[in-house]
Amino acid sequence: MGRLARAGPALGSAALTGAARLLRVPGRRGRTGADGDPGAPARWQVVTVDRPPEQVLPDGRWPEPLRRLGGAVEVRVRPAPGDRGTELAARPLAGGTPPAGLAAHLVGDDPGLVVRRALRQVKQRVEAGEVLRADRSALDRRKAHG
Amino acid sequence: MRALCWVAADEVAVREVPDPELRNERDVIVRVRRSTTCGGDLPLLAGRDPLLRAGDVLGAEFLGEVIEVGPAVRRHRTGDRVVVGASVACGGCWYCRQGLHSCCDNSSADLASADPDRKGSDAGGFGRPRAAGGFAGGHADYVRVPYADVVAFPVPEAVDDDRALFAADAAPAGWSAAEVGAVRPGDVVAVWGAGAVGQLTAWAAVRRGAAQVLVVDRYEERLRMAEWYFGAEPLDYRRTDVAAELRERSGGRGPDVCVVAVGWSAAGRFGGRSADHPDALREAVYACRKSGVVVVLGGSAGFVDAFPLGTVTDRRLTLRGARRPDLRDVPMLLDRMARDELRTEQLATHRLPLEDGPHGYALFRDRADGCVRAVFTP
Repeated sequence: MGRLARAGPALGSAALTGAARLLRVPGRRGRTGADGDPGAPARWQVVTVDRPPEQVLPDGRWPEPLRRLGGAVEVRVRPAPGDRGTELAARPLAGGTPPAGLAAHLVGDDPGLVVRRALRQVKQRVEAGEVLRADRSALDRRKAHG
Repeated sequence: MRALCWVAADEVAVREVPDPELRNERDVIVRVRRSTTCGGDLPLLAGRDPLLRAGDVLGAEFLGEVIEVGPAVRRHRTGDRVVVGASVACGGCWYCRQGLHSCCDNSSADLASADPDRKGSDAGGFGRPRAAGGFAGGHADYVRVPYADVVAFPVPEAVDDDRALFAADAAPAGWSAAEVGAVRPGDVVAVWGAGAVGQLTAWAAVRRGAAQVLVVDRYEERLRMAEWYFGAEPLDYRRTDVAAELRERSGGRGPDVCVVAVGWSAAGRFGGRSADHPDALREAVYACRKSGVVVVLGGSAGFVDAFPLGTVTDRRLTLRGARRPDLRDVPMLLDRMARDELRTEQLATHRLPLEDGPHGYALFRDRADGCVRAVFTP
C-alpha cells in the first residue's frame, strides 16, 4: 500500500506526501454503500493522473471541479506506483452537506457519477489542458437556438 | 452541410446536418477532400452497435484542409492539408506518452465517467457513436477534429490525396500489427484477410525483414494485389488446405507470427459462420508455431466461445489484440509514401462522390466488383 493523504478542500504540501490513516466513515442511512451494503461507506472512485501530486493539487488546494464538491466528498491523494503520477480518489462524504444543485446527484441512484465526472475532469484539465466536449447533437442545437 | 448518416440496419443516406463547430480550444475544423470506408464501419452499418443513433455521421478515415483553428492549436494553420488519424488522442496522458494513442484516457468525451467498469475508456474515434464517446465522422463536407496538434498530420506535397488517405488508419494499422507481432528478420508471417489492412500488414512484415509473408483470402483480386504491390504470397483457402500449406512452407514449424485481419463482418464470408465463430482466428491459433505470436486486429470482436485456449497454453502462444492503430507511425508512413516506398492509391478501387455513399457502402460490404475500399469525395 502506498502512502496516503486524506484531504480537505485545502491541504498542505506535507499532507500530499505524508502517511495518513484511512478512516472508516459511517454510512448514511438509506444510501447503498460499497458492494451493496447499506451500512458501508460509499466506495472510493479513483483516477490516476499522469503528473506529480503538486501539479494535481497546486498549492495543496483541490482542483476544479472537485473544489465545488467541498463539504460533500472526501478526497484521497497518493503517488502512483511506478512513476505513473498521482492516484486521486474521492467519495461522497457520509453526512456531508452537498452544495446546492448537487444533492440529487449525491443521493440518487448512482451517487458516484458526479464524483467520477469531477475526477475525470480534473484528470483531463491536468493532462490535456481542457475538458473535452462531445459534439453537440442536433437536439442540443435546437435547444440552444430555442 | 452534407453528411453520410446511418439511418437503420444496412441503410445509410446523405443528409443535410448542421456544420461542425469548434467545441474546444485544441480543435480544428477540416474541409474534407477524401474519406474512405473501413472494416470497422461494417458492424455499425449492420446495426450491431446499440449505441448508434439514426443520424450519426460515419467515416473513420479522412483527409482534408484546415479551415478553422482553435486558439490553443500550435501546429496547424488554415489552408494546411492534413490527414487525420483514426484515434482521437490527447497527447498528455500516460498512454499517449508511451505512444499508445489508441488507449488514450481523455479522448472519448464523457464516457468513462458514466461507466466505471470500463476502467478508463479506450480512445475516441471518428464516425463512432456519440454515446460511446465517438465523434462525427469524415463522410461529410466538414469535420471537427479535437486535439488537432496530436491527431492531424501535415501531408507532404509529394503525396497526393488518394495515397495519403491511407495514412489515417490502414497503413498505421498494418505497421502496428507487424510491430505488435514483433516480426523479425527471417520470420515466416501469415496474414488472414487481404483487405487494405491485411495487405498493408504484409507490406510492413516485408519491410521488417520477414523471409516469407503469406496472405490468406478467397478473393482473387485482393490476393493478386497483395502479391503484386506488397510482395506477399497468396493462399486461396477455397483451393488449398491452408494449415497444411503453412506447415509445408515453414519447414513444419508453423508461421512465427499470425495476424488475423479479417474484420468482423468478413468472418462469416471467410469460412466462419459469424463473428461468434471466428474460424480464421481458430485457424491462426492452430497454425502458429510453438511460442509464436497471434495478433487479432479490429473492433467489435464481441464474445467468442469455443476458443482453442488449450492450444494457446500448450504451445505457449502470445495472443495480442489491437482495435485502432496508434498515431506515432503516421509521419514515418507519410515520409515513406513521399519516397514512393509505400503506394496505397490502388486500394481505392472505387472513387465516388459523397452522394453515392450508400452505393459505395453496398459495394464494400459485399466485396462486389472487386471493391477493396470505396473512397468518397464531397
